[in-house]
Amino acid sequence: MSVRVQPEPFDAGAELNAFAARASGAGAVVTFTGLVRDISGGLAHMEIEHYPGMTERAISSIVAEATERFGLDAALVIHRHGRLAPAEPIMMVATAARHRGSAFEAAVFLMDYLKSRAPFWKKEVTADGAEWVAARDEDEAALSRW
Amino acid sequence: MIDVLYFAWVRERIGLPKERLDTSAATVADLVVELAAREERYALAFSDTSALRVAVDQELADFDAPLDGVREVAFFPPMTGG
Repeated sequence: MSVRVQPEPFDAGAELNAFAARASGAGAVVTFTGLVRDISGGLAHMEIEHYPGMTERAISSIVAEATERFGLDAALVIHRHGRLAPAEPIMMVATAARHRGSAFEAAVFLMDYLKSRAPFWKKEVTADGAEWVAARDEDEAALSRW
Repeated sequence: MIDVLYFAWVRERIGLPKERLDTSAATVADLVVELAAREERYALAFSDTSALRVAVDQELADFDAPLDGVREVAFFPPMTGG
């Protein structure tokens, strides 16, 4: 498994190709890419703060759990921090498994846990000022299905 | 000695990212009471602990977690990753 926490942008297509090449024995690869959304139409940029040390630990532990639970052949998580422009990729999850069911399920599991158990905090900066993004109850509730 | 870290609006409200404390608090909740009694900015940051999450030595924990042997405690709002 591979976990990367980085300020730099990444190329989701290139990451997918490299991941699929590494997971050559798997029959299914699923990827999810999260982008910076401009909800209000006035977003200048997004700032993502994280907890160095704990971030890598928390993501690795979520990935290890997903790997065991869904029998993954490989998993990749990339999550950025720092300053991000609208429409830029924030993060990416890739899962590889023998069959598509486990690969899809594992990707949803990883996303649900990354949303509310990985120590990142998003702040939206607009012309009017900056505001921390509030955690959504639906995201917390999504964990109960696992 | 224990390192106490603050993130996101908790960091902004208290005005610093990290400090080293000499504390006799037995649990996270005791540490919160001790911090909240220091100054208005701490009292504000800790006024509603249901809006806060805590990590003890970089693992998510509860407010009743013991601090014996702990090196690092972090306070932050609910996480918004993904």
